Amino acid sequence: MPLFGQWQTASPVERKDEDIVAAVRQGDTASFEELVRRYQPRVFATARRYARRESEIEDIVQEVFIKAFQKLDTYRGEAPFEHWLMRLAVRTCYDFLRVHQRNREHHFSDLSVPEQDWLERFVAEPDRAPEDAAAARTLVRRLMEMLSPKARLIITLLEIEDRSVKEISALTGWSVPLVKVRAFRARAEMRKCLQKLKREQYL
Amino acid sequence: MNLALLQQKLLAAARLDRPSDAVPYAFEQRVMARIARLAQDTTDLWAAWSRLLWRAAAPCLGLTAALVAMALFSGALQGTTLTLGEGLETTVYAVLTEPGE
Repeated sequence: MPLFGQWQTASPVERKDEDIVAAVRQGDTASFEELVRRYQPRVFATARRYARRESEIEDIVQEVFIKAFQKLDTYRGEAPFEHWLMRLAVRTCYDFLRVHQRNREHHFSDLSVPEQDWLERFVAEPDRAPEDAAAARTLVRRLMEMLSPKARLIITLLEIEDRSVKEISALTGWSVPLVKVRAFRARAEMRKCLQKLKREQYL
Repeated sequence: MNLALLQQKLLAAARLDRPSDAVPYAFEQRVMARIARLAQDTTDLWAAWSRLLWRAAAPCLGLTAALVAMALFSGALQGTTLTLGEGLETTVYAVLTEPGE
C-alpha cells in the first residue's frame, strides 16, 4: 500500500468546480470529496512552507477543507474556486503561525557543522557558496522560524513564491499599501536576524 | 560579512527548496469523515434542543391551565366592566397615565 497518494488523472467527464460547489450547496455533501482530492496537493505544498511537523501540516490542511466546507455559502463564484480556497489556505497558515509564535525564540549558537561550514565558505568566498546546498536550506528555514508571523508570511509570498503585491493583497486580505509597508518591515526584520547571526558566530 | 548578499543567497536557497505536494494515503476520506461528524454533531444539537422544547411544553401548558383555573375560582376575571379593547388600551397607556388620574 503506498504511503502517499498519487496525482489523479483527469477523466473526460470531470465536473467543473462550480458544478461541484452547487451540488454541495444543495446537500450533496459527498461531492465535496472530489474538491478535496483535486486541491489537496496544492494545499499540502502551501502548508509545508509554514509548518515543519507532518502532523501539524495535516491539521492545517484538514482545517482548510473544513473551513471551506463550512463557508461554501460565502463563495460567490466571481473568481475561480481554487483562488478562493488558496486564500483560505494562506489565512489558515497565518493563523497557525500566530498561534505557534511562542516557539519562535531561536539562537544561531546551535548551528550544525554543515551549516557552520557553509557560513565559513560564504565568509571566505561569498559568490561561491552554493545556494542549492542542504545546509543553506536548513539555515534559511531557521531564519524563517525566527521571523514574526507577518514577516514570515510576507517574505514567503513575496520573496520565495515570487508573488506580486496585488496577489498578496488578494491572498491575505491586506490592502496594497499595507502589504508594501509590511514587506519593508519584514526585510528589515530579516536583516536584524542576520545581524544576530553575525554577532553570535563571528564576535 | 556581506549581510545583503547573505540574505540574497539564503532567499535563493529557499526558492530552490520547493515543498513537496505529496498527500498522505486516503487523506480525503479523513477530511470527509470529519465533515460528516461535524454535520452529525450539529444535527444532534438541534435534535436535543427540540426534544427539550417538547418536554418543556407539557409542564408549561399545565401551569397555564392551573393559573387560569385559579383565576377563575378566585373571581379575578369576573366583575370587570372593561371590554377587551378598553382593557388593552388601559394597559398600553398605563405608563403614560399620571398616578392621580
